[in-house]
Amino acid sequence: MTDLSINFAGIKAPNPFWLASAPPTNSGYQIMKAFEAGWGGAVWKTLGVPVVNVSSRYGGLNYRDTRMSGFTNIELITDRTLADNLREMEEVKKYFPNHAVIASLMVESRREWQQIIKDVENAGADGIELNFGCPHGMCERGMGSAVGQEPTVLKTIVEWVMEAATVPVITKLTPNISDIEDPGLAAVQGGTNAISLINTIKSIIGIDLDTFSPLPAVDGKGTNGGYCGPAVKPIALNMVRQLAQHPEIAGTPISGIGGIETWRDAVEYILLGCTSVQVCTAVMHYGFGIVREMESGLRQFMEDRGFQTIYDFAGKALPNVLEWKDLNLKHKVVASINADKCIGCQLCYIACEDGAHQAIALPQNGQSRVPEIIDENCVGCNLCSLVCPVEACITMEKRDNGKEQLTWDELVAADAAPVTFNDPRAGGNGHFVPEPTQALKKHAS
Amino acid sequence: MAEYKRPQSEQEFDQNFKQKKPLMNQTEAYMESSRCLFCYDAPCVQACPTHIDIPLFIKQIHTGNAEGAARTIYDMNWMGNACGKVCPTQVLCEGACVFNHQHVKPIEIGRLQNYATNKVMEAGKSLFHSGSPKGKKVAIIGAGPAGISCACELSVLGYSVTIFEAKDKPSGLTVYGTAPYKITNEEALTEMEYLQKQLSFKINYSSPVSNADDLQKLEAEFDAIFLGVGNGPTAALHLPGEDFENVIGAVEFVETLRIQKHRVQVPDRIVVIGGGNTAMDAASESARMGASQVYLAYRRSKEQMGAYWFEYDLAVSAGVKSIFNASPLEILGKDKATGVRFIKTTQENGRIKEVPGSEFVLECDLVIKATGQAKMAEFLTQIKGLELDKSNRILVHPETFQTGNPKYFAGGDAVNGGAEVVNGAFEGKQAARGIHQYLLPHSSYDSKS
Repeated sequence: MTDLSINFAGIKAPNPFWLASAPPTNSGYQIMKAFEAGWGGAVWKTLGVPVVNVSSRYGGLNYRDTRMSGFTNIELITDRTLADNLREMEEVKKYFPNHAVIASLMVESRREWQQIIKDVENAGADGIELNFGCPHGMCERGMGSAVGQEPTVLKTIVEWVMEAATVPVITKLTPNISDIEDPGLAAVQGGTNAISLINTIKSIIGIDLDTFSPLPAVDGKGTNGGYCGPAVKPIALNMVRQLAQHPEIAGTPISGIGGIETWRDAVEYILLGCTSVQVCTAVMHYGFGIVREMESGLRQFMEDRGFQTIYDFAGKALPNVLEWKDLNLKHKVVASINADKCIGCQLCYIACEDGAHQAIALPQNGQSRVPEIIDENCVGCNLCSLVCPVEACITMEKRDNGKEQLTWDELVAADAAPVTFNDPRAGGNGHFVPEPTQALKKHAS
Repeated sequence: MAEYKRPQSEQEFDQNFKQKKPLMNQTEAYMESSRCLFCYDAPCVQACPTHIDIPLFIKQIHTGNAEGAARTIYDMNWMGNACGKVCPTQVLCEGACVFNHQHVKPIEIGRLQNYATNKVMEAGKSLFHSGSPKGKKVAIIGAGPAGISCACELSVLGYSVTIFEAKDKPSGLTVYGTAPYKITNEEALTEMEYLQKQLSFKINYSSPVSNADDLQKLEAEFDAIFLGVGNGPTAALHLPGEDFENVIGAVEFVETLRIQKHRVQVPDRIVVIGGGNTAMDAASESARMGASQVYLAYRRSKEQMGAYWFEYDLAVSAGVKSIFNASPLEILGKDKATGVRFIKTTQENGRIKEVPGSEFVLECDLVIKATGQAKMAEFLTQIKGLELDKSNRILVHPETFQTGNPKYFAGGDAVNGGAEVVNGAFEGKQAARGIHQYLLPHSSYDSKS
């Protein structure tokens, strides 16, 4: 029997799908609606001294006809009074005692932190999330990402919180830092019970070509916003992985955030060690209902593979994430085009020709439009298979015998790695590269 | 049984002839353009007789640069809007779209093209202007797609151009010979006006050039002459009864319909003879005009029809019935045609053989002959040195479109025997370059700005 329930650092929830602290968790009304729709938990929109917001607040990055493949906001923390929020939190907990309600908090002084923790605990919060990530507005006032970017400050605040908190504490990190391990480690050293990441990325989502204003435009002006949505997932996945692999952080529960919209996204986060995931942009785009697809897909994935709980596969991808120097240099793949599936767009040809390694030839007979791989030129880079619009038409075929293993470190140790500028052991040495002038001949014909 | 009510007003006529390729709105254009794969050496471009850079204009539409898209289109094809609407795109650009191999709907290239061209036409945006005067004069006979394209190209190159047109409207068969559900008169003429506004060529309407005297005058006044004369009226079948007043040609039928619209009264029972696209148009249009029984009769098999499958399907969907392998023997009647006597046929080695004793009669009130247009041989043979092939098509140099008489160039139906608007557009443009090379052999093509 597949069981989606989780116990995240002591916070229990019927499933790992939580709403991230954001506009969808602005009120008890929204959170109740979300729980009814199937969400397992919700991190309340950050509480603190209420703010005054601007209009407008959001911006979208469209790719072709896909809306909001990236998303940005310049909205601040809650603009509603603490009393209103707490009253609603209590109400939610009354109706949904088994769902996770986590209070996101952002205040300045130790006194304020310890006071507000008591307040949310009294309102029934199952956990606390420390917002050290918001990269716009609040950071100008010394909060949000301003804290997340200063590991020593972060650690101090976590310590203040831990003195007061009786419920589990999650520290939410900003990605706007050169090495995520620094704040991650500081949070753990401060005593946090769990970590969540990533908060949004400092960004300008676009410029209005008529007014020259950054977007979103506030009276013709703009400011950097916090970037999120599907486009940020790869950045988040790597940061999650860094923490999950860190010897002093590993074992601390991680809640993954960043571009999660489908069960597939969620599974990727779990495979890299997360045991809860948080979602915002997808809900802002499609509403709470999308959790049905996520829940059903996750359940199916687990049933198909015989996983009883998410803990059965959490972190399973981590051993496969190595440093570059530990990759096998003897592994060799070559592209292969399935002529029966090929529709003749020749995007693979031009991508390889102009963008990679000139390893694809056009058919010479003038009849077919199916390009051909020049095996000896192919470095197995994948580009052709990535641009091919037909599913499984270009595949990467393994060409090594699977027996040899050689890493960069081993190559260096064997004194076989190139060390000078014109070292004949250069990896590309002997690899086909056309003469520069051949480009011109082609152009002229 | 009629699928269509007889149209009583222009509005009802327009309803019966609803545009097959309606103008896209901005959202449609955005969504559709987003699907284009931007193929390398794209098959759609290869399939277009004018080689418009289709992936480029689609990308331009997608990025909000409709004007740039229109320029890309008109750079290659002066009949850019008309072609988007009347081209058999299913067998040209859209038929070549790689999505067809995946059973995915091909990109609606024709409609995207119209989206871009309509934008600039609506805005009255000038994209081209006449080139600096070269001091040479060119006469063009016929303001059809070939003639207009030739005139535009020559104007850009700096030639003084006068078109002599027998009728009182430009665009030739685009207006007079195309089924009304492909393009409206207004739309065809709007493009003509749009081009004329930018380029200073002159059109003399109701000015037929029909005899040796006319030709002599042109030769004296102009440095070169382009023949864009098209084909003549519907060819005779040489059948008994062919002279009855209710036996008409398809080309003439379509033309009358284009001009008189709902004022045309078709009788109830109509027989259309022929298997080409014009036959399909005439049959389709008869049904859409409210005729209760329209028969399409072709002497060979369905598969052997010259018509595109989609034109046949369209006729069938309008309620047209078809009879294949039946050859007309005689048109019956006393003062008027009352029917057509056919005989069934088989084929032996591609030759039609009548089946003895298989004669039958289709009763009808109107016979439409869609059996090809006569050629303009009588007129053309008056031009010294001009050579015709055995089908009376003008022989031209394949690249310059120069005829046997070096002063004469030709393009369009009179050369290709009767093809699409897009072929006329291409040939007219090519001929203009041929004329340029002939008159000013040392200048380049790139004087266009």
